[in-house]
Order: sequence, then structure tokens, then C-alpha cells
Amino acid sequence: MDFLNAIVAFANFVFIPGVAYGSQLALGALGVTLVYGILRFSNFAHGDTMAMGAMSAVLLTWLFQSWGISFGPLPTALLTLPFAIGFTILLLLGTDRAVYKFYRTKKAKPVILVIVSLGITFIYNGLTRFIIGADDQNFLDGERFIIRARDFKEMTGLREGLAFKTTQGITIVTAVIVVILLFWFLNKTRSGKSMRAYSDNEDLALLSGINPERVVMITWMIVAGLATIAGVLYGLDKSFKPFTYFQLLLPIFASAIVGGLGNPIGAIAGGFVIAFSEVTITYAWKKVLVYLMPDNLEPSGLVQLLSTDYKFAVSFVILLIVLLVKPTGLFKGQAV
Amino acid sequence: MNDTMRTTMLFAGVALLIAYVGFAQSWNSALLIIAMGLISSVMALGVNLQWGFAGLFNVGIMGFVALGGLAAVLIGMPPTEGAFSAGGWGVLSALILGAGTIFAAIFAVKKMTSGWLRTMTVIAILVAGFFIFRAILDPAVERIEVINPAQTGYLGGLGWPVLLAWPVGGLFAAGAAWIIGKTALGLRSDYLAIATLGIAEIIIAVLKNEDWLTRGVKNVIGVPRPVPYEIDLQNDPAFVERAANLGFTPVEASTLWVKVLYILLFGAVLLILLWMAQRALHSPWGRMLRAIRDNEVAAEAMGKDVTARHLQVFVLGSAICGIAGAMMTTMDSQLTPGTYQPLRFTFLVWVMVIVGGSGNNLGSVLGGFLIWFLWVQVEPMGLWLMNLITSGMAEGSALKDHLIDSAAHMRLLTMGLVLLLVLRFSPRGLIPEK
Amino acid sequence: MSNPYQDDRGNKDASITNPKGQGTLTPSPGTRQAMDTAKAFLVGDSMTAGYGNGPDILHDCTIAVDEGEIAVIVGPNGAGKSTGMKAIFGMLDMRQGSVRLDGDDITGLSPQDRVAKGMGFVPQTSNIFTSMTVEENLEMGAFIRTDDFSDTMAQVYDLFPILKEKRLQAAGELSGGQRQQVAVGRALMTQPKVLMLDEPTAGVSPIVMDELFDRIIEVARTGIPILMVEQNARQALEIADKGYVLVQGRNAYSGTGKELLADEEVRKSFLGG
Repeated sequence: MDFLNAIVAFANFVFIPGVAYGSQLALGALGVTLVYGILRFSNFAHGDTMAMGAMSAVLLTWLFQSWGISFGPLPTALLTLPFAIGFTILLLLGTDRAVYKFYRTKKAKPVILVIVSLGITFIYNGLTRFIIGADDQNFLDGERFIIRARDFKEMTGLREGLAFKTTQGITIVTAVIVVILLFWFLNKTRSGKSMRAYSDNEDLALLSGINPERVVMITWMIVAGLATIAGVLYGLDKSFKPFTYFQLLLPIFASAIVGGLGNPIGAIAGGFVIAFSEVTITYAWKKVLVYLMPDNLEPSGLVQLLSTDYKFAVSFVILLIVLLVKPTGLFKGQAV
Repeated sequence: MNDTMRTTMLFAGVALLIAYVGFAQSWNSALLIIAMGLISSVMALGVNLQWGFAGLFNVGIMGFVALGGLAAVLIGMPPTEGAFSAGGWGVLSALILGAGTIFAAIFAVKKMTSGWLRTMTVIAILVAGFFIFRAILDPAVERIEVINPAQTGYLGGLGWPVLLAWPVGGLFAAGAAWIIGKTALGLRSDYLAIATLGIAEIIIAVLKNEDWLTRGVKNVIGVPRPVPYEIDLQNDPAFVERAANLGFTPVEASTLWVKVLYILLFGAVLLILLWMAQRALHSPWGRMLRAIRDNEVAAEAMGKDVTARHLQVFVLGSAICGIAGAMMTTMDSQLTPGTYQPLRFTFLVWVMVIVGGSGNNLGSVLGGFLIWFLWVQVEPMGLWLMNLITSGMAEGSALKDHLIDSAAHMRLLTMGLVLLLVLRFSPRGLIPEK
Repeated sequence: MSNPYQDDRGNKDASITNPKGQGTLTPSPGTRQAMDTAKAFLVGDSMTAGYGNGPDILHDCTIAVDEGEIAVIVGPNGAGKSTGMKAIFGMLDMRQGSVRLDGDDITGLSPQDRVAKGMGFVPQTSNIFTSMTVEENLEMGAFIRTDDFSDTMAQVYDLFPILKEKRLQAAGELSGGQRQQVAVGRALMTQPKVLMLDEPTAGVSPIVMDELFDRIIEVARTGIPILMVEQNARQALEIADKGYVLVQGRNAYSGTGKELLADEEVRKSFLGG
């Protein structure tokens, strides 16, 4: 019986939050890795793109709520997703037209584009704060839990409760759907294959008649979708605050690099590796160990390896270890 | 000649902008802009050394600046009574043990043949080391943090003259840079950007969480100054008289005089560093760096140790950022780990370097002043603009209030815009590299 | 460096910049003056050309392929063989001369447009999509076609049976010779009117080389004229209907493959006796 309780505690505090966070990171890292593969630079503005996308969803949610539209037990934000994605697509395509395109025609080196993306970061960050402010915004509505801790205890008679938040459920389901769609697109459709070809060998893609501007356009559209979904899911699960999105850059970059930059499968794997390392190392294990250890060996402290503020340190150390052991990341990336 | 003219004009232009602040707002603001402009220029100089001369992409400037700030606390603050005897030795031995663990792990990796045995040994060393480290550290930290937590609750510093903290800040930053550089530049390909991005966050996390070291988010205030206190000047009859002769009230005169002294100190540091950077640029070492930058393969073929040179320049540039960080904390008289944010301390310095002109030391100085001026002045400008835009709107309308409240966020937008405009229309910056 | 946007100050940071696969092609602006010469199917006529603002590499150089022929460009290292081919394909700045395909002046077209016009080009290096399967490589070759290309794919598989066997394998995992077959196959997928090969046998073993030459002859037999640059002058001239020997960017000798092989001067200078 104690063993069961330990598993439930583990699932409740480590596994489910880890999977949800991992899904969010994976979606973010997919966006970064696609830009790296196609446009060949690391987009520092990705965190703020997520913030812009999430912000539009927040504003639309408020609008919908004021109209009295709701999505039943699910958050209204989900209903606004298509519109928010549309807005982000327009934003990114506009940015590409106004900024990045110029450097493409000049055949600018990728590192110049990295610096350009720093400028875009400033602008997006400023815009987000300008429009919605720098404070926390709550836009979660609908049913809070799929399973409540108390119901779970009554149902199973276990001492430990299991809470499964709606946002966690939505995050996981959405991430699975998005990833399946993305891989279907990349591997089965003509446009997706042309993206992979362009990423693999730009000159040859050109010689095969693939239009680079079209590839870039599709890429930004997909990235807009991924960033908005990741941003909204993260905002629903935690809370919407512009600055936290900027800070997500590090774990997102770490995920993309750990998995192998430019490799979509790697981005997903990397997201989960980083998320689980962060959660396991900064979690206070006492709750789980209490059930497993004999009474006299019961831990006195919290058995927390590192304070949660060190979660960045965890992503970073994992990143270093992976790079030392496998320089191209877990799955072969483009950075050798 | 033409180049010299252009440079002079640009600097004169920035000087005029700052003088305008002096006349239109207050000389106190103008002097503050100069002081912070000097500090910013020093940071930009350090980054320019890395990016301009060696093409190294450092996005962890914030971390090195914060380490400089830590040095100001550790050198300048008085030691906390009884803290060291309570837990100082515990903390020290824990840190030494921690370092020893890492060395033991590295030693094991190097000496043992690869295989599961090595992996297990390394993991065992690290895990055991970590738990012993925590077992020694935690109680020591607890003993330190209970000492008068409202006022101190940390080890305190050495109580030495705070000016010493400036070179020490440079050393701290250099040490951190050496560890990062050694790891990131030693990998099969260059991963410096992500490494610096990560380490900066870690340094800030340490400063925020290790209360025994920095009081964390409770902040260390009252770091001793290298210059006199305003209140002392106001109580000094000789000073008050001289001020009166010049037509200043004692309060005015003392605040201005303190700023002037800081400016002289910072100016001296900037001039020394600028002179050294220029000398380095024209030395054989500088030429070798540029040779590596322009054609790494050829330089390597000629037997130049590219990684070692990159490591050197990375450490030097970071050390300069550390000095600037110590200077800044000294002027602020306080270390507030919560205020270190990448946009302000990393990316803003990048804007300075790019706008000023990558690879040109004078450009970095110009960029430092110009961008700092904008960073400070965009807010009042934005407010003015918003008042103008909203002047026709009804008093108390929600949109008007929102626009006026949001004017503060205009500065980020402006910085992005300035960076993009310069990159597009003058990609080599205002003062291009020759 | 002349273009400030290409000055990366030697930065090689893989965590922020992707070193792989970036494009290098810059389309040629053309000479904007038409010229007239004899009727060949594809002709690069009295071309004077160089890279960007650099010096001329080709000097009044003419290369032509007739229908159903194999034409070969040979010559010593640095003679401008590959440059000549690139000039025909529109990848460097033409200062004088013209390129015509099947009677149309294509001097002003970009490489992509020339592909659409019916030129197939196989570069010397990076000529396959390494991360994609063989079949996907062929599909990408047919990207501009909107009709059903399964027939063409079947033809390519007939020509290169080994590719059919390996069609679901990543092209990057194949051997050197097989990769070259993929590269040629990819170019054939557009059903080009002319095929241009830049050193197809570079870096493959002699046995594989012979096999590749056999395959190239087979392709030519299907009616596609072939223009190729070759390092292995003797073998190439043996299968060539027409040969061009370039020296320092100028036409030094030209004639049928047999004539050139028989020419004392050519043998001494370029074929090692």
C-alpha cells in the first residue's frame, strides 16, 4: 500500500507536472529548431514571440468573456487560439517582410541575423509591455481540475491524493496533436519535404526549383503557430507574465541544443529531458520517500537537492553534459 | 582626417545632448548620465574586445557585471560580527570540498578508460560529493543566517577600501569567464553563446538565493563609498563657503560634487582601459587576433593556437565587464540581485557595441554614452509624446490613462528600433572599424 | 570585406548559428547584350566572366553541345573548367558573350529559371539532400513538375537499379558512387533538355568510375545531351562526341573526342604522353 502511495505522490508532484512542462518546452524548442534549420540562426526573439501570441490570446479571451462566450468546462483561451495564431502569423510575416528579408537578399551571415533578432526581442518585449503591461494576467477559466486530490482519495482510499489539472491535460493532449500534425506535414507533404530539402541544402533546393521565399513563409507560419500554442499553454498552466516568457529562452534553447539543433525529434526529446531534470532535481522528495523508507530512516529534511530557483542551473548542467558526451546532441543535429 | 572629423562631431553631438539635459532638466541628471555613460562605455569596451576583435558572442554580460557587484560587497562591506566564526569555516570547507569533488570527477574521467565502470565512478563521486557538500554547507549557512537577519544575516565583507573591489571584480569575472570559456570553447564546436546565457542566469540565481553571501533579495545596502558623503560635505564649513561663493546651496553643491568625483574616478578607469585596448589592438597580439578573425583556417595552419587566443580575449573582455559591475555597485552603494535583467545588462550593452561600431574602441565609448542617454531620456520623451497624442482625448478616458502609463515601456521599443535602423543603414556602426 | 552583412568576425558559435547548408548561389545579372553564333542545342558563346567584382576568369570562351551528344570540358587544374560550366548555368557574372538553349537566349536568367527552362545541373559537391531518403531526393528533383512524375521515377530506377533497392534509405548513408547516381537521378527528374555534370567521378574509385561512365552513356542514349567537366581527361574523351580543352580560361583545343585523343600536342600536355 505504501508503495502505491509513493507512486501516486510521484505522479502528482513530479511526473504530471514534468510531462506538462516538457510539452511546453518541446513546443517552444520546435519553433527554435525550425528557425535554426531553415533560416540558420538562433532566434532570440522566440520567447517574446510566445509572449506576443499568448498576449493576443489573453486579450481575445477577455473580449470573448465580455461577449459571454465560453468553452464550457474548457478555458475560453482555447477557443481564441485560431485567432491568436492568425495574429502571430501576421506579426511574424510582417517582421520578416520588414526586417529579415532584407538580410536574406544581402546573403547576410547567420550571426548578423542573431543580432537582428536581439533587436526584434527588444521591440516585441516593449510592445507586449506597452499593450498589456508587465504584470501577471489571469485568463484561465472553466473547470480547474480533471481529477481533484480529494476525489481521488475517496475513489481509491489511498492516503495520497492525485490532482490532475485541466491545463495539464490540455497541454499534453494539444502537444501530442500538434506534434503529430507537424511531423505529418514535414514528412508527408510536398511543402514539408521542400522545407526539409531547403534546410538540408539550400543551393540544391534552389536548383530543384524550390522557392526559398515560400519555404521561409511557411516556416514563419508554423513557428507562429507553435509559439502561440506553447505560449498559451504555458500561460494557462502557470500564469501570463511577459518577463517569464523571456526567461523561458534558456530552457528552450537548452532543449533544442540537447536534442540536436535543427532536428525536430531532438527538440521534443530535449524538452522532456530538460523538464524532467529540472523538476526532479528541484523537487522536495520527502513526500515520496516517506512512503518508501522504513519509519526509523524517514528523512528529516525536505530532501530537495536544489532550491527551485536553481532550475536554470539544472538545464545548463544537463546541456553541458550532453554536449561533452555527444557534441551534436541526443539526436543528430545540424550543428556539428 | 575626414574620419577624425566625423568622430569628433559625433562625440560633440552626444556632449550637446547631455548638456541639453543639464540646462533643460537638471545638472544632477546630466552628471548621472555621464557617470553611467562612463560605466556603460567600460562594459561596451569589454564586449567589443570579445565581439569586435575575436567574433565571440557573449550573451552573459549580466553575470560578469553582477560578479563585479559581488566583489564590491565582499571587499567594501564590514565583516559581520561573529558570522565567520559561526559558519565561515563551514562554508569555506564546503566550497573547497565541492571544488574538490568536481576535480576528482574530472580526474576520474581523464585517468580511467571509458566504459560503464568510469561512468559509475564519476556519478558516485559527484553524488557522494554533493551530499557531503550539502551536509557541511547547510548547517553553516543556517548559523550565519540567524545572526541579526534583519540587518545582516550574511558573512559580510572584508571592510577594505572599496576601490580595491574594482580590480577584484575584474578578477572574479575573469575566473568565471575562464571556467566557461575552457568548457564551451573546448567543445568540438563553439557553444559560447548558450554557455554564457546559462551561466549569467546561474550567477544571478546564486546571488539571489545564497543569503549568507549577498543577503539575497534582501539586498546589501550602504556599501562604503570611495568619495565623501553629501551630509559630511554639508557639515563642512569650508565646503559650504566655497559652494556659496559659486552660487550653490550646500545641498545642491554636495550632490553635484559627489557625482563629479565619481565621474573623475570612472573617467580615469575608462581612459586607462581605452588606452590599453588601443595598445592591444595595435600590438602583435591584436594583429594575431584579427588574423584569426579574418581567416581562422589560415591562422591555424600557421600554427596559431586559436582556442587559446579566444580564451584569452574572452577572459579579458569579461574582466572588464566585471570592473564595470564593481564600479556600478560602488556608485549605487547597494547590491540588489533582483534588478539584474538580461535586457538591461546584456542586450543593452550589445546595442551599444553595434551602434557604436563593432571592432572600434572609440565607437564603443560613443555607443555607451549615446545609448545610455537614450535609455534614460526616452522615458520622459515618451511621456511627452504620449501627452501630445492624448491631448485631444477626454480626461480620464481609459485609453488615455493606458497610453500615459505605458510610456515607460517605450524605451525597450526604442532600443530595438535604434539597433535595427543602425544594422540596416549603417551596418558597421556609427564609427566603423578601419 | 566588401559586404558588411557577410562580416561575421569569424564567429563560429554553433549554438546560435547554423553552419550547414546555407546557400552560396548568387544569380548572374547577364550582359544585357545579345550575340549571334552558329546553331548548337546549348551554347555558352564567347563568354568572358568572373565572380562578383573580381577579375575575369573566362576569356572569350565558347562551349557548345549538340543534340544527342556528350561534350566534355577538360584541362589542367585551375583552367576554369568548372567556372565555364557555372557561367553557362548562370552562377557568375558574365561580362560578355551569351548563353543560348535551344535557340533561346537565356543569358539573363537566374539558375532556377534555367532549371525551369530545361537545364539539369549536378554540382560537384553537396549534390544530394543527405538527410532525405533516395526517393525523397528524386521527388525534390521533380519539385517544379505539376504532372505525374512516377514514370520518370521508374525510368531513373531502371537506369540506376541500385537506387530502387535503397530508395527508403537516407541518401547520406550511401557510398560515393551511389550518391553520384542519386545526384544524377535527381537532376533527371525534371526531364531536362540538357544535363550538365560537374566532375561526376570526383573522389570515386576507378571501378566505380567506369560504372558511372557507363551509366552516363546510357543516359545520353535516352536522347539527353550531356555537358560535363572531367578531371579524368582520357576516359572522358573516350566517351565524348566533342571535347574542349581549356587553358587559363581560354579555348585551347577543341574537336571530337577521338581527334583530341589523337592530337600530339594535347596528349603531351594534358594526357601524360
